[in-house]
Amino acid sequence: MGKITSLSDLKRIREEVQSQIKIRENSDHPEQMVQIKVGMATCGIASGARETMNYFIEETEHQAIDAIVTQTGCMGYCYAEPTVEVILPGKEPVVFGYVNKKKAEEIIEKYIVQGELIDGIIPLSFKTIDD
Amino acid sequence: MSNYKMNVLICGGTGCKAAESANIQARFKNILEEKSLEDEVQVIMTGCFGFCEQGPIVKILPDNTFYVRVTPSDIEEIVMEHFIKGRPVERLLYKDPKTKESVPATKGMDFYKKQLRIALRNCGFINPERIEEYIARDGYLALATCLTEKTPAEVIGEIKESGLRGRGGGGFPTGLKWELTAKSVSDKKYVVCNADEGDPGAFMDRSILEGDPHSVIEAMAICGYCIGADEGVVYIRAEYPLAIERLKIAIKQARESGLLGKNIFGTEFNFDIELRYGAGAFVCGEETALIHSMEGLRGEPTFKPPFPSQEGYMKKPTNVNNVETFANVPVIINKGASWFNKIGTEKSKGTKVFALAGKINNVGLIEVPMGTTLREVIYEIGGGIKDGKEFKSVQTGGPSGGCLTKKFLDTPIDYDNLIAAGSMMGSGGMIVMDEDDCMVSIAKFYLEFTLEESCGKCSPCRIGNKRLHEILDKITQGKGKEEDIERLQELSHVIKDTSLCGLGQSSPNPVLSTILNFRDEYLAHVKDGKCPAGQCKAMLKYTINEENCTGCTLCFRNCPVGAITGERRAPHFIDQALCIKCGVCYEKCKFDAVKLA
Repeated sequence: MGKITSLSDLKRIREEVQSQIKIRENSDHPEQMVQIKVGMATCGIASGARETMNYFIEETEHQAIDAIVTQTGCMGYCYAEPTVEVILPGKEPVVFGYVNKKKAEEIIEKYIVQGELIDGIIPLSFKTIDD
Repeated sequence: MSNYKMNVLICGGTGCKAAESANIQARFKNILEEKSLEDEVQVIMTGCFGFCEQGPIVKILPDNTFYVRVTPSDIEEIVMEHFIKGRPVERLLYKDPKTKESVPATKGMDFYKKQLRIALRNCGFINPERIEEYIARDGYLALATCLTEKTPAEVIGEIKESGLRGRGGGGFPTGLKWELTAKSVSDKKYVVCNADEGDPGAFMDRSILEGDPHSVIEAMAICGYCIGADEGVVYIRAEYPLAIERLKIAIKQARESGLLGKNIFGTEFNFDIELRYGAGAFVCGEETALIHSMEGLRGEPTFKPPFPSQEGYMKKPTNVNNVETFANVPVIINKGASWFNKIGTEKSKGTKVFALAGKINNVGLIEVPMGTTLREVIYEIGGGIKDGKEFKSVQTGGPSGGCLTKKFLDTPIDYDNLIAAGSMMGSGGMIVMDEDDCMVSIAKFYLEFTLEESCGKCSPCRIGNKRLHEILDKITQGKGKEEDIERLQELSHVIKDTSLCGLGQSSPNPVLSTILNFRDEYLAHVKDGKCPAGQCKAMLKYTINEENCTGCTLCFRNCPVGAITGERRAPHFIDQALCIKCGVCYEKCKFDAVKLA
């Protein structure tokens, strides 16, 4: 970081360094963000969930989408791994199955950016204790 | 571009550091490297989270998991389970003391729900050793706006309008202080930050300096711009090595970035900061004593006027503010006075940081809006009294404050209400006492402190406090008389009226407030020869009940002074002249034969 000699300098540097604490800023108010949860149990990881997750992190970063990408445990849809749950602000969670890089690209482009539903949604087959 | 998808925040406050948080950090780094996760998980040492009771604290983001009492041996499990498999480690989660259920995220914790963090906004959030993270949180924006867009008078006006008052204890309006120093005409002026936090049990200022040093540096520069000073000095006690270390790093980084030094933000304004170490004398928190100590003289107060705003450090006009006061300033500039003065009560604006200590479940550091009641602080944030005991009293304001009873629990906390209740805000120490605490002993404890810390310059404080202490000691020894209570009060008033500085003027406060609120307890000591809380050892009497005693000789064998005599299988006796009331016989007896009167 060089010398800061003006207000615009400071603002420019602030923009640059804000990404360094973005994970922390976002986690303060997750309900206003796109939340992407990647199932990362053993079967998920074996099916490539780690690559899927990395792709989501890179792409949301790249396209400047305000999103929190977290990992979660086994969702039970082992036949459809990797599984990813996406929660758009104010909407019900939607779970997608077989999410490889290509599918992830589609989810971001169609569902997250444009709000259109796409194929590959796993219908919720259970109730949670919070329902 | 960093590829981190997770942040691990480890508390780097003094409390958690003492509890091995440095080892935890090292262990995280090792294991993450072993599992090749070092590019995915970023490990950050932050300032105090405030939840010291349950330290060391480790917070995992973005899922906001809050782990408590973490040890280095837990790290492997956290990495394997949480990071790799995505399952939080249940046994390390914070458990709600009421429901006994795990609370995974900070949002669900009573401890954080009621808090509003202004002065502590970055504590436990940023890495205090990286200026970039402070800048990312709007750091130095307030300084830039002041220097390039506002006149000093406008900034002072903003601070005045915000209603900010000194957080070190006195509660003097900060904007007015700045204005007075700005009006003094001189070729040289100084900004001084008072980081000589001395109240027993108080650690607000230390935590701010450890967790967010840049906020203080920025505010000192703003103050310098307002009053026309180009030099700032932080007077900090040498007992705060971590705060000093972080402050040094922060000053160095600010200089390298051109935020301290010459022509800041391309303007004519120059400002730099240096550190002065205090040797930890309580009286040096008093501003005139502090200035003398900085000049290399004895840390003794002098009479005001002249006020430091007219004649302070090196005989030049000097503005002295406390750490927490400064930490509020950048936020006021960024968010506006009208935002700040909506928080709090009519005459006390904003928030106050308190250090909770004593017989309370959640010992720690909290920040609440002015006007929050003591009940909310103690029962909701503090989680109530330890071991389900009865609340007796809360001591605020340190050795200069007083003890408040149950009837004040619903009093909204602000400067004026606390004074009206017979105590004071002080710097923010809050010590909670339960039914087992003897109020005479508490008064004696605080007086012992002032006695040690009195500089000895004026006689009311030097001699008067000594006499007060002697009377209190006599009462706790069981040798007090009823008229001693009156004498304590009379002497206290004389000391208050005639002492030179704030230390002496307030030192009898714990005595007066305990007499006012707990006269019964004093009377029990002097009239009945009893200590209701069972704390004053000299007034205890251990005896052996002959019927219950089986003559097992256990007490005889354990008595450290040989005060117990008796034959095997025959009742034993305690020689009261030899007994030192250690209570060992009482603890050891298996037949409930040793009685405590």
